Amino acid sequence: MNEHTLQPSDFEKLSQEEKKGETVVRESISAWKDAWLRLQTNRMAMISLYILAFIVLVAIFGQWIAHQFTGNDFSTNDLKATNQAPSGDHWFGTDGLGRDMFARTWMGAGISLQVGIYAAIVDLIVGVIMGGIMGYFGGKVDEILNRICEILYSIPSLLIVILLIVVMEPSMFTIILALSITGWINMAWIVRGQIMQLKNQEYVLAARALGANPVRIMFKHLVPNAMGPIIVTITMTVPNAIFAEAFLSFLGLGVQSPAASLGTLINDAIKAMTVFPWRMLYPAILLSLTMLCFNIFGDGLRDALDPKMKK
Amino acid sequence: MVRYILQKLLFMLVSIFVLASATFFLMKAIPGNPFQSEKNIPPAIQERLNEAYGLNDPLGVQYLHYMNNLIHFDLGMSMKQQYVTVVDIIKTGFIYSLQIGIFAIIVAIAAGVLFGLIAALNHRKFLDGFTILLAVLGVSIPSFVVAPFLQYVFGVKLRWFDVAGLNDVTDFIMPVLALSFLPAAFIARLVRSSMLEVLSADYMKTARAKGLSGRVILVRHALRNAILPVVTYIGPMTANIITGSVVIEQIFGIGGLGKFFVNSITNRDYTLIMGLTLFYAIILMLARFLTDIAYGFVDPRIKLTRKGG
Repeated sequence: MNEHTLQPSDFEKLSQEEKKGETVVRESISAWKDAWLRLQTNRMAMISLYILAFIVLVAIFGQWIAHQFTGNDFSTNDLKATNQAPSGDHWFGTDGLGRDMFARTWMGAGISLQVGIYAAIVDLIVGVIMGGIMGYFGGKVDEILNRICEILYSIPSLLIVILLIVVMEPSMFTIILALSITGWINMAWIVRGQIMQLKNQEYVLAARALGANPVRIMFKHLVPNAMGPIIVTITMTVPNAIFAEAFLSFLGLGVQSPAASLGTLINDAIKAMTVFPWRMLYPAILLSLTMLCFNIFGDGLRDALDPKMKK
Repeated sequence: MVRYILQKLLFMLVSIFVLASATFFLMKAIPGNPFQSEKNIPPAIQERLNEAYGLNDPLGVQYLHYMNNLIHFDLGMSMKQQYVTVVDIIKTGFIYSLQIGIFAIIVAIAAGVLFGLIAALNHRKFLDGFTILLAVLGVSIPSFVVAPFLQYVFGVKLRWFDVAGLNDVTDFIMPVLALSFLPAAFIARLVRSSMLEVLSADYMKTARAKGLSGRVILVRHALRNAILPVVTYIGPMTANIITGSVVIEQIFGIGGLGKFFVNSITNRDYTLIMGLTLFYAIILMLARFLTDIAYGFVDPRIKLTRKGG
């Protein structure tokens, strides 16, 4: 046995210096701050974030800029100046009715972004509630809801969306509604999986022992801890919704003229592409760039929030 | 295994039933009837048309009639093209869509696996970064941007290929390229990440320790395992190919299913919309079904009888 025999020196007071060895010098870093720091080291993701911020800003102020500098707006026809190439008067040229493409492109970007963001918000709300119910209560409730989700999921979502828009008049509202009807399922499953893992943790047991009701446990304890995957899913939902909206526009089921989304602009431009290719150029670049940035940023966010998931 | 397949099949039937009912009632929910938009039709003829298409029957009777026809693979007559049944339209269009789709799947898998492999073998080097960039671009740039771009550069400017149509073999090149762009990018990402995982697995060390040649290790041990996740992508890939084909057939002027689908929507040809929607849905569900079954066969670790997965 290697027993430590007590010496008188063991009972001497520590000097001030030795006491400081226990104090934490670095300020504590929360999980969110940690993720943010990790994200900042990802150069591509940060560039994407800046580009997205720029696109959002110009989409918000695009109409004002067009009006202020060139006196154009998105809906005024000018039949004397149709299909013009980009120039000082019309920065992105004009379309078949002589409408300014700069104003229209940025309006389209705004509408496409709005569709993406609103669809993501609806998915978030419905998905978290449904997924929370499935994951928290489990058992019969989970089984029945899961079956419903599976049936809804097995029907190709774009087909449902198309059918719904054919029935309802196409507008931004109906497009978002149609996209949300099937869109929430993915989110619900992710939340369900997270909650099922988390609900057996000790802090949930503690909360329950203290008499917290399920709603409080759900939103104060479970959802905040599942936030990482939820946020990643949202960033991936936005480009998907933007793509779906553009696809609907391609079928003639997008927002109706004089309003425009990037999808409707591209669809209009394709018809005249061989003669006036520049009409295609800016909406196509903007749509691709937006989707690209969301995808890269989403990937970066996933790596930052969950280093274990890193691929 | 048999039980699992039967269960999946039953589930598919339920889904098709739900979708068929949903399409039926959605189409009936549209105000007015399909013949009202036609100009100068005397009321008597309107009445005859309604009767011929059974539009005067109560909704329940129409529904049962529709379902009964569906069981006999009768999707009804097109409402806008005279004397043509929906099944005929599907038959004529499907040949083209199927050809392009299958070529696109082959190209996508070949290109995707190749690029994924190159990226993984050059991990963190230039080729890896280049492939990742290409793959992200492929996932982000929608087909209705890629297709007109190809058409403009190679069709209009360089004049290498015909701008539209499907008359000889070279006409397939552009549509197939445009269609396979997205799935190829996706497969490249899948193969890259699973290859990286496999390359660091213990059995790779064993294989190397046994003194096997580099090529045998790469193909027999690494690639065979790394390719497994691609099987799970068959279902989503079919979905992508179908959505893509709708766009690409329209842009390249190919008379496939996708073109009919777009036309049926713009013409509000309701029976055709319903028929094509169901047809697409069945193809997609079959693809998912095959994915499930195939995965059980290629990966013995997956037990099909277990629920979930």
